[in-house]
Amino acid sequence: METGSKHTVVGTPSLLKKSRENISKRIISGKEKSVSFLDGLGDAGFFTWRFLKELFSFNISWREFIRQCYQAGNKSLPLIAVTGFIMGLVLTIQSRPVLVEFGAETWLPGMVGLSLIREMGPVITALIFAGKVGSGIGAELGSMKVTEQIDAMEVSAAEPFSYLVVTRVLACTLMVPLLVVIADTLGLVGSYLGANIKGDVNLFLFFSRAFENVEFTDLLPATLKCFFFGAATGLVSCYKGYTAASGTESVGIAANSSVVISSLMVFMIDAVAVQLTDLFISK
Amino acid sequence: MKAETGNVITVDALHKSFGSQEVLKGVSFTLGQKENLVVLGKSGSGKSVLIKCIVGLMFPDSGTVDVMGNDMPSLPIKELNEVRKRIGFLFQSAALYDSMSVRQNLEFPLRRVKKEKNKKVIDEKVEEVLANVNLADAIDKMPSQLSGGMRKRIGLARTLIMNPEILLYDEPTTGLDPLTSIEICELINEVQKKYESAAIIITHDPKVVQLTSNRLLIVRDGIITAEGTYDVLRKSEDEWVHAFLN
Repeated sequence: METGSKHTVVGTPSLLKKSRENISKRIISGKEKSVSFLDGLGDAGFFTWRFLKELFSFNISWREFIRQCYQAGNKSLPLIAVTGFIMGLVLTIQSRPVLVEFGAETWLPGMVGLSLIREMGPVITALIFAGKVGSGIGAELGSMKVTEQIDAMEVSAAEPFSYLVVTRVLACTLMVPLLVVIADTLGLVGSYLGANIKGDVNLFLFFSRAFENVEFTDLLPATLKCFFFGAATGLVSCYKGYTAASGTESVGIAANSSVVISSLMVFMIDAVAVQLTDLFISK
Repeated sequence: MKAETGNVITVDALHKSFGSQEVLKGVSFTLGQKENLVVLGKSGSGKSVLIKCIVGLMFPDSGTVDVMGNDMPSLPIKELNEVRKRIGFLFQSAALYDSMSVRQNLEFPLRRVKKEKNKKVIDEKVEEVLANVNLADAIDKMPSQLSGGMRKRIGLARTLIMNPEILLYDEPTTGLDPLTSIEICELINEVQKKYESAAIIITHDPKVVQLTSNRLLIVRDGIITAEGTYDVLRKSEDEWVHAFLN
């Protein structure tokens, strides 16, 4: 009993002290995290500003830009082509029974066409692009940073930012819309095949129905947001790779965070684009 | 070997800290024309930070770094790059561009920095520097196919292709076997003679000091504790200096 009461008397202030320490530690850690987050945001803003400045200084290596376009476009093409095709096929197979039930089977090509062109094609292509190309850029630049290759360019006056970052961001900005066109086209081909599994639809009729309801006001925002998806993926991945810390672990972190943040940016840009489209363009 | 007079680099009261850790605590020295100056010190003594401040990869907290009449920390980026074109930097890891072959590594500064477009001129220069580092047959290899010593040689060839007036070597023999280390030291001396360049050689290897130095600085805990020729300093009564050089 005595021992128990002793514990109560001695233990309570010590517990209080501990919990107070824990709370203050959490507050300090939260404060540090907020400061580091804001620091990162500021650095990323400065990085974007530097990109724009270098872009308009027109000191771009066009040879490297074309090589990057090839790398970004060609390497992700098979994956995006297969995904686009399957996307159209699955969308058709899953939507068809519902439309048949309501006697609206003829709307199938139009519905799939609009879904692919306005939303699914751009977003899914951009996400795959972020995974395949974004991680590649993050890892490549991160590895160059860690092994002092970027410093070697810097000290030889080769202007690595312009050579490595501007070319890659431009290549990503240009490649995403082109890949989306391919993904959409193959998605429609997949959809046509899906429609013919249980039905019998003429190819010409299917495509004319698919594009019947697609207007310029559908194409414009969808195309514009693709450029932003590409630019965001390029900028985020280059930023993460170019500013990687020393040590091999940083390469993995750069690659990983390139994908995560690029994907998040794709969704955020899409949300903003949908709101703006709804506000200014939609009937 | 006797160095010629006239300074190409003057460093005065250089201070550099990382957080609370002071790495350079008021370093001052000069580098004369066509002189091989070796900076010797233990790992973590601030040697690499010193040459990174000289070339503008790091900014000092205080002090001046004068390179060929230019105050490096205060130069705008365009002018800094103009000075950098006259400096060659051999990194500890050689820092060859992984995605490029040896030929492309050597062509890169010519195309990107000198804006050279004539294929014949580029090929001639590439072959010349490769011959100078005795690696003419490695021209189409990728960096991953090269040994440590070969990578260092190619790294040196890539800096030589720009005809630098000053060369900065960061631990040129680290990770190499004793024979290859001696070959690299001989190459450093050949380069000094052929290109008439001045050089700062950062090292912790006494063999490099013995084979390449005209003058020697010993850095300990961010300050220069001894300066002189190898022959004089190896007889130093300072226990630490004596132990390091013998």
